Amino acid sequence: MSIRVRAQESNGVVNIRALMSHDMLVPDDDGGPHFIETVEIARNGDTVLTAHWNYTVSRNPFVQTEIDGSAGDTVSVSWTDTEGESDSTEVEVG
Amino acid sequence: MISTKRRVFLKGTLAAGTVGVAVGAGLLAPSKLLASWPSEAFEAEGLEAAMEAVTGSSDIEDGDVTLSAPEIAENGAVVPVSIESSLDDVTEIALFTENNALPLNAHYVLGDGAHANISGRIRMGESSNVIAAVKSGDTWYKAVQEVKVTVGGCGG
Repeated sequence: MSIRVRAQESNGVVNIRALMSHDMLVPDDDGGPHFIETVEIARNGDTVLTAHWNYTVSRNPFVQTEIDGSAGDTVSVSWTDTEGESDSTEVEVG
Repeated sequence: MISTKRRVFLKGTLAAGTVGVAVGAGLLAPSKLLASWPSEAFEAEGLEAAMEAVTGSSDIEDGDVTLSAPEIAENGAVVPVSIESSLDDVTEIALFTENNALPLNAHYVLGDGAHANISGRIRMGESSNVIAAVKSGDTWYKAVQEVKVTVGGCGG
């Protein structure tokens, strides 16, 4: 499992791109359904965006969004799936 | 600190103040928030039921919502979709695919500092209307676009 995050600031707006490695198994798959159902994006520890997903989000989910912020802020991305597995990572805004 | 937006969202299922403070302080892992995954909405069959579960109504006005998706998607397993709005005070965004068995793809809750600008990739089993709904203040607005799918993407 891994999460790759890029957070780049321009004019007070931080563009965040996150790519999560997860098979996002649908009900017809072996072992499915098994998918990321909650993703949280936080800036300096405060949650800014909460995503709730269905298994109809594509495999190895990608999300891009924008938040207020500055270079040097910390952006964290964490997910939890339907089996209780989770992953988290944080980056400094560039 | 804790936004009123977040309180409103949590009000239905959780003790808003306590949980909001705990989350803000980083005391809770996301797994503790699973109760807030809106299962009723995600398991709703048919567009009207799903929209009603999320927004309280299946009859939402068109509004200042920009939905970008390909007119023709060759691969239904990976359909890029972007939602953007310049409406004020956006607290929630939802994405539906009319012809999927479970139409609700994603539901986003925006906190302080979040912009109404989210992109992702979804699976579509067949050609369908895709609907983006954005909650501004107490009102939901939507945008609709048809996406023709050449090869469906819900078979795994």
